[in-house]
Amino acid sequence: MLISFYAAPRITARFWPVVLRNLLVWRKLAVPSVLGNIAEPLITLVAFGYGLGSMIGQVQGLPYIEYLASGSIAVSGALAATFEALYSAYSRMQVQRTWDSIMNAPIALDDIVFAEMLWAAMKSVFTVAAIMAVIFVLGISRAPTMLLALPLLCFVGVTFASIALVFNALAQGYDFFTYYFTLVMTPMTFLSGVYFPIEQMPGWLQAIAHVLPLTAAVDLVRPLILGQWPQQVWGPMLVLAAYALGGYYLALVLTRRRFFK
Amino acid sequence: MPEPIFRISHLFKKFGDNQVVNDLSLEIRPGECLGVIGPNGAGKTTTIRMCLGLVGPDSGEVEAFGLPIPQEVREAKKRIGVVTQFDSLDPDFSCAENLRVYGRYFGLPKATIDARIPKLLEFSALQAKADAKPGELSGGMRRRLSLGRALINDPDLLLLDEPTTGLDPQARHLMWERLQNLLQQGKAILLTTHFMDEAERLCDRLLVLDHGRKIAEGTPRGLIGEHLESDVVEVFGDGALATAQQHAALAERVETSGETVFFYLSRPQPLLQALAQHHDIRTLHRPANLEDLFLKLTGRQIRDE
Repeated sequence: MLISFYAAPRITARFWPVVLRNLLVWRKLAVPSVLGNIAEPLITLVAFGYGLGSMIGQVQGLPYIEYLASGSIAVSGALAATFEALYSAYSRMQVQRTWDSIMNAPIALDDIVFAEMLWAAMKSVFTVAAIMAVIFVLGISRAPTMLLALPLLCFVGVTFASIALVFNALAQGYDFFTYYFTLVMTPMTFLSGVYFPIEQMPGWLQAIAHVLPLTAAVDLVRPLILGQWPQQVWGPMLVLAAYALGGYYLALVLTRRRFFK
Repeated sequence: MPEPIFRISHLFKKFGDNQVVNDLSLEIRPGECLGVIGPNGAGKTTTIRMCLGLVGPDSGEVEAFGLPIPQEVREAKKRIGVVTQFDSLDPDFSCAENLRVYGRYFGLPKATIDARIPKLLEFSALQAKADAKPGELSGGMRRRLSLGRALINDPDLLLLDEPTTGLDPQARHLMWERLQNLLQQGKAILLTTHFMDEAERLCDRLLVLDHGRKIAEGTPRGLIGEHLESDVVEVFGDGALATAQQHAALAERVETSGETVFFYLSRPQPLLQALAQHHDIRTLHRPANLEDLFLKLTGRQIRDE
């Protein structure tokens, strides 16, 4: 009999050729892909950071451009991972039937889901690395601790990819993802302390914000980008880890059901 | 006779209330082509999925190269090649890259893959298209590439689901030629098809499935001899239906489908002479073939899946 849908993940080294495949496809379109991922964040940064920032005083002791840039890089990473684990993964899974063809080879679904999650996280790292370079070049920050933010942002990518793969498993078409962006990602972006401190929000919204993964990400990333150490490390890390592990396991169970029911 | 490399024993599978596979057993030996034919919903695709460990059977065994499926399916897949009904080639990669990427899924060393790519491109008659992407290829070329890709791991068993559906005659003949080549190399093939000429040409043995059950098994010629009369006379035209009643006695079996009448008989001459008297019909006289077998065993009703 087939193993239960609820069994622990069974991952082998065979996930790697799947990641490599995605990487090779990306390489053919690398420049437009990265440009596409950073265009909007940069425009937002310039418009809000310099434009709005020149009208606002300091926010939490920082010039607004610094406050904004160090928070929005986390959002950009989260969005890049989400997009890849939704639209691109769905294209491969359902439209191109790439996953089916891979499973005709000695690679199991568990390996594929793991590879897709990892690949989405890698895409997010390419994006944030490019944004980090821009932040450096524009002089918004030149702190060496920025480099520490990279592995952390990889972890953020893993978290958001894992959550997104849950919705990929449930999708019956691309339209479904619009709901996810409109009802989940966009509100989350505004509630996570990226554009303004959480303390500006009513108490009940602050309570919600504190359990959102993006808030945890911003709390960890913002200080590192600006050359400081996060006030709380383990709390936010645990939040991210909980979403990552929970999201990944749920995505795996749902994907197994989708394929093998 | 060599040992079977693939074996299914008393396989059962139910989806909801529908018994999709009902006590199916079969064996395939090296160098043999086994065809599975059946109407839509007969259980062919589910059977193939169970062979690949993608669906677990309710009961029964699947064994490939002595390995139980699905428990050791990963090991078994190293020696199996699959061509699905709808191509699942990577649209972003060229033909050569498609082969390379796929070879990596088997954990093959780089040198092995690099050595096999030109040979597979030659086998698929795609040497000139090594750098072309699937979108730039015709349907027949894409199907040949899919077949080439299924061979990257030099499998001993090939599972082909309707391999020439949608191809023009030249493309079909080229595919058949290649498949016969593979059989000569000692590979085994399990093939599902709706094309009776394909089944007759390629298959050493045939299984006819209906409602998940095996309703006939044997060589193509053997099955025809066992179940059918030797000749068929088809009658079309305005006066066709009238001839069915008039000359029914001259044939062993008569069937009507729409405006066409089929006479199944072993001595066609008396009927042909009688039909020559009518001027409002056309006739077609031919030997009985697998399509007649198929229609006799599974009926003429259209099956909605």
